[in-house]
Amino acid sequence: MSAHATHGHGDDHGHSHPTPRTYLGVGVILFALTALEVLAYEVGHRPTWPLHGMVEPIVVPILLILSAFKFFLVAAFYMHLKQDSKLFSNLFVWPIVLAIALAMALVVLFNYWVKETY
Amino acid sequence: MATSVLEHRAPAMPHAHPKTGLWSWITTVDHKRIGILYGATAFLFFLLGGLEALIIRLQLTGPNGKLVDPDTYNALFTMHGTTMIFLGVMPLSAMFFNYFIPLQIGARDVAFPRLNAFSYWVFLLGGIFINISFLVGAPPDGGWFGYANLTSSRVIPSTAAAPAPGLNIDFWVIGLQILGIASIAAALNFFVTIVNLRAPGMKMLRMPMFVWMSFVVQVLLLLAFPVITVALIYLMMDRNFGTSFFMPDGGGDPIMWQHLFWIFGHPEVYILILPAFGIASEILPVFSRKPLFGYTAMVFSGIFIGFVGFGVWSHHMFATGMGPFADTFFSLATMVIALPTGVKIFNWIGTIWGGSLRYTTAMMMAIAMVALFVIGGLSGVMHSSAPADLQQTDTYFIVAHFHYVLFGGAIFGLTAGAYYWWPKMFGRLLDEKLGKAHFWLMFLGMNATFFPMHILGLNGMPRRVYSYPEGLNFEFWNLIETVGAFVLAFSFLIFLVNIIKTWMGPRNAPADPWHGATLEWAIPSPPQEFNFPKLPQVGSSVPQWDARRAAGGHLPEPALVSGEGIHMPNPSFWPLMAAIGVNLTLGSLLFIRQLPYWYGLTLFGAAWLFVSVYKWAFEPAH
Amino acid sequence: MAQAATASAGHGEIDEHHWTSTGLDTRKLAIWGFIGSECLFFASLIATYLVYRGKSLVGPLPHTESQCMMHGKMQACEAIFEIPLVTFGTAVLLFSSLFVVLALYGAQKGDRKMLITWLSATVLCGLFFVGMQVYEFYHFFHKGLGYSTNLFSSTFYTLTGFHGSHVTLGVIWLSTMLVLALRGKLPPEKALNLELAALYWHFVDVVWIVIFPVVYLMR
Repeated sequence: MSAHATHGHGDDHGHSHPTPRTYLGVGVILFALTALEVLAYEVGHRPTWPLHGMVEPIVVPILLILSAFKFFLVAAFYMHLKQDSKLFSNLFVWPIVLAIALAMALVVLFNYWVKETY
Repeated sequence: MATSVLEHRAPAMPHAHPKTGLWSWITTVDHKRIGILYGATAFLFFLLGGLEALIIRLQLTGPNGKLVDPDTYNALFTMHGTTMIFLGVMPLSAMFFNYFIPLQIGARDVAFPRLNAFSYWVFLLGGIFINISFLVGAPPDGGWFGYANLTSSRVIPSTAAAPAPGLNIDFWVIGLQILGIASIAAALNFFVTIVNLRAPGMKMLRMPMFVWMSFVVQVLLLLAFPVITVALIYLMMDRNFGTSFFMPDGGGDPIMWQHLFWIFGHPEVYILILPAFGIASEILPVFSRKPLFGYTAMVFSGIFIGFVGFGVWSHHMFATGMGPFADTFFSLATMVIALPTGVKIFNWIGTIWGGSLRYTTAMMMAIAMVALFVIGGLSGVMHSSAPADLQQTDTYFIVAHFHYVLFGGAIFGLTAGAYYWWPKMFGRLLDEKLGKAHFWLMFLGMNATFFPMHILGLNGMPRRVYSYPEGLNFEFWNLIETVGAFVLAFSFLIFLVNIIKTWMGPRNAPADPWHGATLEWAIPSPPQEFNFPKLPQVGSSVPQWDARRAAGGHLPEPALVSGEGIHMPNPSFWPLMAAIGVNLTLGSLLFIRQLPYWYGLTLFGAAWLFVSVYKWAFEPAH
Repeated sequence: MAQAATASAGHGEIDEHHWTSTGLDTRKLAIWGFIGSECLFFASLIATYLVYRGKSLVGPLPHTESQCMMHGKMQACEAIFEIPLVTFGTAVLLFSSLFVVLALYGAQKGDRKMLITWLSATVLCGLFFVGMQVYEFYHFFHKGLGYSTNLFSSTFYTLTGFHGSHVTLGVIWLSTMLVLALRGKLPPEKALNLELAALYWHFVDVVWIVIFPVVYLMR
């Protein structure tokens, strides 16, 4: 499947296109990660479940890491950022960096150094 | 060989379909015509905003002013700010973006000509929408910053004790949403145009400085406008559907509005000023006959200003009590912005230093822009310090500061651009004598109006208050300000006279009247529809100077050519239709709560928009 | 293709009507710019949700039982979220991303059957997701969670509602593409039309990838 059509239509020459097999593989991983997220959630709030004590304090980091990984997989493979122009990656990554920074700043501004009456 | 435009001359006059009449303007997708439409519309709104300012000044001329009542006064300063920012300075900048970004990068049009027309029509209809509020007696009156919970008070339920507020703020909320759509569409268009349609050989670091600053502005628009969109949605919901996003009685926080507004609002300040910076950076080298000093430093300081501009928004909010850490952070970040701005000012001075200066009106406006912006910048650094700001906030000192940066900076820069580029746009040179008169009166009037505000502010005169009692020593400087404001208004009357006189006069502008450095001067004035008969090849950041040097100092006039074989985009009716759809859909939300049958109009508008977009998408673009 | 190379060489005839300085397609650049802009839109919505988390004055609350005003009197009411349903919706949306990328593959290779099969599957998944959300909203409403009930409800409905409207727009766009494909108007040289819609669709998907854990799973 790695052979190119004789005339290209994309602008990503010189890189190999992912194949349906890759897409499917990514899909399976995405599904598994989602299952892991829900599992972490369930274990984290059910005291009778195994490993509850260990998982409970780190549910949020687990969820964030898993979600970031899913985000990366979709962006890199399904949105073709892995083989497309770096410019597209920049157009996506920098706004995300700014978005995260602003969101974090707002959460911090509203939760620290403010009067109790808030 | 910088440009091959001049080689391709044909004796034939351009063949073109009839390009006159109202219909040709309604369906135009030509970036030059859209630029002119933007300019004409924005100038009218600018005059309207100026009129509002004059009424404000008349009211404040002496103590206990009786000209307008407090409610009218609130509406006047709200609409003055809103008009000048969203309907004056931004679209005036958009005029130059439209007309000169494609010319300066050597392109035949913007990336999406029909989207460009759509942006204009949405802007026009949105501007009319927000001003219709005057005619129905409900002009916005919550300040251009629309602070909650002044603005978020609920439309219903109302009781006799607390009657439902009018539609004033709703006009503002929806009007800004409509204008935001125009801005985002235009920003996306110019962003792609600059990235992708530069002429062969024009690397990013060969772009004219105006294009560079415009580029930063488009990025800021794309990243800042979504935030105000969300904030306005919340405000609309608070007013109409009883939510509590900004309502303390439901657990919400009015400070949240301030944060969201200023996360947009501070980048917005750079959106207003950076085009003027770019224009000054075009004019100063040309009339100093020296290349721009420190081109790369100018580029990166512009980018740095834009970038750090997202990290300083809370310096508008020191008075809200954010705590010492936040105050310190935002103070420092604000002070840091002074550094790249200082680099720019240093480089402008370096550019004219030792040059052979020609004091044309454009040049004088540009020099004044630098000087006046420095004053505004310095007072800006003064209130970057939180304790100092607590003394200055909500006084006329702040009003003085932002009028020095926005009038002294942005308006002087844009007017400089008008004098500089008028011959290119209309084939006629503006009268220099009238231009000088315009300049000196504008310069004097501007300083007489806004400088005393520093003094009044430090003496404690508060902003946004419709009058002041006698005996506070406010009388003298307020009188001077009013006189200054009328001098300012008179200077723009001279500008109007100059425009009319030039309009009636002969076409007297050569292709390159100023011996400019950039590509727009290589083609006839005004340019033909396709701009460049052949895409130019660019070898430096001053291609036209290269061509002039290669030609031994004298370039022949470029001839008009037939344009045979050049495919230009088809005119289209659908951008206007889509814009009407946007206005119907959003405008009908004005009555979203009181009269549910208006939902019918909303649905009708959405259907109209839907049909227009499909017609647009499936009509041949070329 | 390889236009950037021509540009730097700076000689030879260029195709003036298809010239781009980066060699990238202009429309694709635009959709990426738009996606970048949309990041800030959703970031603002998510940030508000996070800032107001736990600050609701009355119930119902997402994860815990609470006191809420129902039928005119305060009473205990159950937690709002039902994770199994939304997990199913999430999985469907994820699979729709896989399906649209397979459809695009088919479009680029000129495999009409592959294109139509997977594009139809994508549209169906999108419709299912929107249906799931409508059902969820309806269900929540009947548990006492109106739009203006508390800060949680307002921020939650606004955030997920705007996501849902993006999904709806995506469904309309992809359905248009499906109609074009059925009429044979989506040949390989026009696959870019589908690619643009697909990029938008993936973006809507990644936004949900953030919303799902941040809103539904963080207690």
